[in-house]
Amino acid sequence: MQEQIIERHTIAVLVDNEPGVLARVIGLFSGRGYNIESLTVSTVSEDKTVSRISIVTSGTPMIIEQIKAQLDRLVPVSAVRDLTEEGEHIEREVALIKVAAEGPQRRESLRIADIFRARVADTTVGSFVFMVTGTQEKIDAFTELMRALGEVEVSRSGVVAIARGSEVL
Amino acid sequence: MASERMTGAEIVIKALVDLGVEVVFGYPGGAVLPIYDALFKQNRLRHILVRQEGGAVHAAEGYARSTGKVGVVLVTSGPGATNAVTGLTDALMDSIPIVCLTGQVATHLIGNDAFQECDTTGITRPCTKHNYLIKDVQNLGKTLHEAFYVAGSGRPGPVVVDLPKDVQFAEGDYEVPASAEHRTYKPRVKGEPKAIEEAVALLANAKKPIIYAGGGVINSGDKGSQLLTQFVRMTGYPCTLTLMGLGAYPASDNQFLGMLGMHGTYEANNAMHDCDVMACIGARFDDRVTGRLDAFAPGAKKIHIDIDPSSINKNVRVDVPIVGDVAHVLEDIIEIWKSKQCHTDGKALDAWWDQIAEWRSIKSLDFKQTGTIIKPQHAIRRLYEATKDRETYITTEVGQHQMWAAQHFPFDKPNHWMTSGGLGTMGYGLPAAVGVQLAHPDALVVDIAGEASTMMNIQELSTAMQYRAKIKVFILNNEYMGMVRQWQELLHGGRYSETYSEALPDFVKLAEAFGAVGLRAEKPDQLDDVIAEMIATDNAVVADICVDPAENCFPMIPSGAAHNDMLLGPEDEKAKPVSKDGMVLV
Ligand SMILES: Cc1ncc(C[n+]2csc(CCOP(=O)(O)OP(=O)(O)O)c2C)c(N)n1
Ligand SMILES: [Mg+2]
Repeated sequence: MQEQIIERHTIAVLVDNEPGVLARVIGLFSGRGYNIESLTVSTVSEDKTVSRISIVTSGTPMIIEQIKAQLDRLVPVSAVRDLTEEGEHIEREVALIKVAAEGPQRRESLRIADIFRARVADTTVGSFVFMVTGTQEKIDAFTELMRALGEVEVSRSGVVAIARGSEVL
Repeated sequence: MASERMTGAEIVIKALVDLGVEVVFGYPGGAVLPIYDALFKQNRLRHILVRQEGGAVHAAEGYARSTGKVGVVLVTSGPGATNAVTGLTDALMDSIPIVCLTGQVATHLIGNDAFQECDTTGITRPCTKHNYLIKDVQNLGKTLHEAFYVAGSGRPGPVVVDLPKDVQFAEGDYEVPASAEHRTYKPRVKGEPKAIEEAVALLANAKKPIIYAGGGVINSGDKGSQLLTQFVRMTGYPCTLTLMGLGAYPASDNQFLGMLGMHGTYEANNAMHDCDVMACIGARFDDRVTGRLDAFAPGAKKIHIDIDPSSINKNVRVDVPIVGDVAHVLEDIIEIWKSKQCHTDGKALDAWWDQIAEWRSIKSLDFKQTGTIIKPQHAIRRLYEATKDRETYITTEVGQHQMWAAQHFPFDKPNHWMTSGGLGTMGYGLPAAVGVQLAHPDALVVDIAGEASTMMNIQELSTAMQYRAKIKVFILNNEYMGMVRQWQELLHGGRYSETYSEALPDFVKLAEAFGAVGLRAEKPDQLDDVIAEMIATDNAVVADICVDPAENCFPMIPSGAAHNDMLLGPEDEKAKPVSKDGMVLV
């Protein structure tokens, strides 16, 4: 019988920075029915020829293994690292959260932002834009609290992640 | 080597020649005119004009699979490219090396819904191993060489190179790249030594072993089949092959149990179910092979040799995965086996073969040729008898006839059997036969066909005529989409919804209309004469063999059932209804 435990994994993928490579990765996930909880991409090498894609996905251990093997099979992919499996790593996300609130709610939003070490990125008389960084959970929690105070618009970066220690990928 | 300056279209021709290409299957159009002009001005490449682009890809597949080379296709933009999609998907599923060059509108028009524009790289991304859009003529030569390397190495597959028309006109520099090395794509051919040792130990200690091999052995080259044969003979172990693997081990050998899977033999499937050690070599635990997954070889330790890491642990968890090329890994296995002086458990093996003999005695492929109607299995047996002493290549369409061909036409050599396994593409066999025949002009090439499938790419008979490819289309005409009808019997109360082949053409006259020869056998006593005449005819032939319309393909593992739960004949079909879970499977 196949195991049914669903695990959440954060995977780092290094790819040649060529047109269509992101479409290949996303197409792989949709075509084979894998989950994408979050996906971020940006060039990371000095000469801009290499991009790093951070993917948070979930599935049974067999599916996670498949995802990695399928990613590795793509021609422009040079490395696939399962950060969750390989040991300790750091995950961070950035969010910009606009809160439209007035009166005491407005003041309360500032106080909560302070607790979360969120910074004010924009101010109007009727709104703040907070920038908050941290784990997904922290940002979830912050957003929840803000929703209670006013109208909220959220823009999140998705998870970026890197392994602890001195080894360089 | 110094680089040369030439147009993109000339670079295409030059690169193909440098890559050793002899034949290109294609169809012209506006977006590839410069390449066709360059083709016109040279005499190194032979262009085969098909009648529909889908036929070009299947012909290239037949060419590739019967020669071990990369098959090459050239089509125009838009509809040319979209017509090629079925063939590309087919090649992807069956790991056939193809390079397909597609024309594209000029780079400045891309994205503007220009005439005959389509997003070729977007459309073909999921149905190719890789694809490229060339925007700069300076990258063209290098990319073409890379495309061939990617298509032919590792697990082979189709690669598309999309060529905008302005790039074909533009002048650029061309040189043969110094090495095929790729920055990120590095297929692994040597297996991991520790895993190989583990596999040898498992195999040597097996009491009820089975070797289950597939198309990967054939893709590994002649050496793959030779080493597989050597290893199977050396150990005395039973061997079964997948549909794609037929010919990788000689069918005439006593250690061969026949094909396994949905329409495999009783002995092959039962041996798979009961084995204690299974070595899966160049096969991929496809659902047509495994049947019900949770009942698949429950007591077996499983070894899996595959060049594609994503095939491992995809459907079935294995105990010893070995990523590598079949020939390389088998070479190591044999060497370690010898150096460790492994020997098999003779007593256990005798008992295992006794058990297999018992299963064999069921004679699961038996049929009765009586009365005045030709049995399709009989027709294939007679075809085999009449052709076995010649160099014969068989292609097939898709359906019952395909399964009967796999069951009743034995192959002793690799690369002589071309069939659409993974995608199951009706219309594959006729164009594939054209491709095979062009690669082997003196061989006998027979497309074992169904009447419905034949209608899917009949236009390629015209291609065959143009190039004097004397293919033989051997139609087992049961006047039904037999395989679908069989499933309607099994799953849908025999309601034959739209599966009767209504308004069929007269295949004899149809052949004649193309300038080919049409023959017909209606009674068993006409069969041998028709086959003999078909073989002797120095022209393309369509042989319309009128077979029993009611015959079904057995034995069968119905969908959702286990290997040891086969239907042996029509009586079983009634006794063992398909489970609810099985109903939803394809
Ligand atoms: C392109 C395509 N369309 C539909 C099918 C589904 N299909 C599988 S077998 C079959 C019937 C084939 O009929 P025929 O060629 O007469 O072969 P038979 O089974 O009668 O031997 C069909 C429709 C397919 N495999 N391929
Ligand atoms: Mg039919």
